[in-house]
Amino acid sequence: MTEASKFTGSHSLLRSLEHEGVEIIFGVPGGAILPAYDPLLDSPIRHVLARHEQGAGHMAEGYAQATGLVGVVMATSGPGATNLITPLQNALMDSTPIVAITGQVATSAIGSDAFQEAYTTGLAMHCTKHSYMATDADDIPNLIHEAFHLAATGRPGPVLVDIPKDVLNQVTTWREPHLHNLPGYKPTVSGHPMQIRAAIELIERAERPVLYVGGGVIKAGASDELLAFAEAANAPVVTTLMARGAFPDDHRLALGMPGMHGVYTATTAIQQSDVLVSVGARFDDRVTGDPDAFAPGAKIIHIDVDPAEIGKVRAAEIPIVGDARSVLVDLLSALRARRDPADHPARDEWFARIDSWKSRFPLSYEQPPDGPIKVQHFIERLYAITGGDAVIAAGVGQHQMWASQFWGFRTPRSWVNSGGLGTMGFAVPAAVGAKMARPDDLVIALDGDGCFQMTMQELITAATEDIPVKIVVFNNGGYGMVKQWQTLFYGGRLSAVDLGFTYPDYPKLAEAMGCVGLKVDHPSDIDPVIEKMLSVNDRPVVLEVVVDGEEMCFPMVPAGGSNDRIVMTREEL
Amino acid sequence: MQHTLTVIVEDKPGVLARISAMFSNRGFNIHSLAVGPTHQDGRSRITLVVDAPELEQLKKQLNKLVNVIKVQEMEPAEALEREVMIIRISAQPSTRGEVRDTASLFDARVIDISSSAMTFEVAGTPQHLKTFLEHLGPYGVIDLVKSGRIAMKRESELTPAPVSAGVGK
Repeated sequence: MTEASKFTGSHSLLRSLEHEGVEIIFGVPGGAILPAYDPLLDSPIRHVLARHEQGAGHMAEGYAQATGLVGVVMATSGPGATNLITPLQNALMDSTPIVAITGQVATSAIGSDAFQEAYTTGLAMHCTKHSYMATDADDIPNLIHEAFHLAATGRPGPVLVDIPKDVLNQVTTWREPHLHNLPGYKPTVSGHPMQIRAAIELIERAERPVLYVGGGVIKAGASDELLAFAEAANAPVVTTLMARGAFPDDHRLALGMPGMHGVYTATTAIQQSDVLVSVGARFDDRVTGDPDAFAPGAKIIHIDVDPAEIGKVRAAEIPIVGDARSVLVDLLSALRARRDPADHPARDEWFARIDSWKSRFPLSYEQPPDGPIKVQHFIERLYAITGGDAVIAAGVGQHQMWASQFWGFRTPRSWVNSGGLGTMGFAVPAAVGAKMARPDDLVIALDGDGCFQMTMQELITAATEDIPVKIVVFNNGGYGMVKQWQTLFYGGRLSAVDLGFTYPDYPKLAEAMGCVGLKVDHPSDIDPVIEKMLSVNDRPVVLEVVVDGEEMCFPMVPAGGSNDRIVMTREEL
Repeated sequence: MQHTLTVIVEDKPGVLARISAMFSNRGFNIHSLAVGPTHQDGRSRITLVVDAPELEQLKKQLNKLVNVIKVQEMEPAEALEREVMIIRISAQPSTRGEVRDTASLFDARVIDISSSAMTFEVAGTPQHLKTFLEHLGPYGVIDLVKSGRIAMKRESELTPAPVSAGVGK
């Protein structure tokens, strides 16, 4: 037998990944993971060569967020693994299913401070749902199977498998994997029937109910069930940043996003609700503001697949541990058992109150006809021209909030963003991953100049690998959200927020990276430049939109403040 | 308020690190910790004494760890709790008899002796060890080492059956 024809741990790894249905791996090679890159040449799995492991990780996240499938990222030991820490933590915070495969120095060298050695499983302990180190190539099929199972089930999340180089080189055989080794892992799927009945009692009696919907609804694929239940219960729906698209924004019951930069009506409806039904949401501080002042008169029904979320921030009158889809199905049938779903309580007073907030406190901005361009206006034009038929990826900051506010989401998995960790630089690689997952869909990243400069090299990946994403860079010449806080809360003393408008030259930079570069700085040129961007489908496009550097994001609840005090304009602060 | 938790885990590398990582990450305090094998292959038992105002959350976070199989809180009334202590007490020839007599009330065994000190081994409930210290401490503690607490759920619902006739057990 020649060296190359031996079946080793590396072959077993690739075969195992194929067995899990993996079609794409995002990765960067290196010394310790070298053996795995050889059988990759003969595998049907496509490898997308990222320019940085962080980018590869966010690509896997974008892929997973846009589809619900497990994203896969591969990297080498040491710096390859440490560069993955940000995407792993990001995936942990946003419950995104990814599996990271990392090379490790040979077993005999572990603990010796070998070249490119890092204690990867130790580092990953803090930022994954679970992590493994393979010590025997015979275990690889089961480890990979377990890793995919853990990543995708229960509350999804990142799982890391670290494989020393000698294990990758070890001669082995492949065996059909089995799940027999997880005695401590049994996620609860179905809600308790007694709790379901109690929840329906409470919801039916409620005068001012609100469905507070989080990313769990998207993970569970429960949008249809949510729609049916919301209509049958006749309860308004707020969708958190992670849940945008879980419920159609153009529905009569949709109130939009609540929280720090949420829509006034969504935030206030929660505050004044008497029954708050949380479905797959976690009472994040960006939603609750001061938790002691959050929805003070509401009884809480908390539905979550992760028992640890229930009661973590706010005690629940009715806790229901279960998968959002399963619980919503059961809630609807419990409701049907009581009455005809069409015969729902009118709640006229509640909806009148909501309608009055909608008309008195809409989202607003002013677009001067001669500029500067406002991000909000550009997003509204892009929405109008595309008809909203696009997957939107965002970075983190003002532009992300405006994208969430002004894009009308209608379908789940059309919004790819970094919620919990707030990772600047997420948009470009995440859009690349989303486009790989959904090649027939229009994928547009709405990004800021600060974010773009953190991970822009992945556009070289996109150009090289023929991944025609559209990247809109809102250039306000700095870190807009930080500048907003310094302006509002540090007496206008601006510190380290100015990136300037001079460098880089975005269209030139785009061209240099193999993309089409476009630029717009006048409101009247917006529509034609959007048309031009949309007409390019053979290459990635970067469109620089020069926007107002002074614009601030409102509404705003100052950090830690009560959600009863929503600031609508700068003058109110 | 201290709570005793008994945690059954898979006997796999890194399990203890995962638990202590979770504790430090979430800001929970471990007062004492004891790890050892159980009668079942592949299972270890960790007994934790914790200072945690948010015990429910702590239990849920423990359960969330993939290698954790079972988490049980031991109510003091229903728990058999034991600690072991090795303690070196200053004892001149003139006080040796007195020290030994007092220690024997606690079923403490002499395991080492020198011209100026006696070293005892004493085992029992946390209260038993506390009382021992109250009585022997005044002679002068030179060194002390204490195991983590171990605990098992009591089967009988009656008053505790003493393990031996020792004081305070």
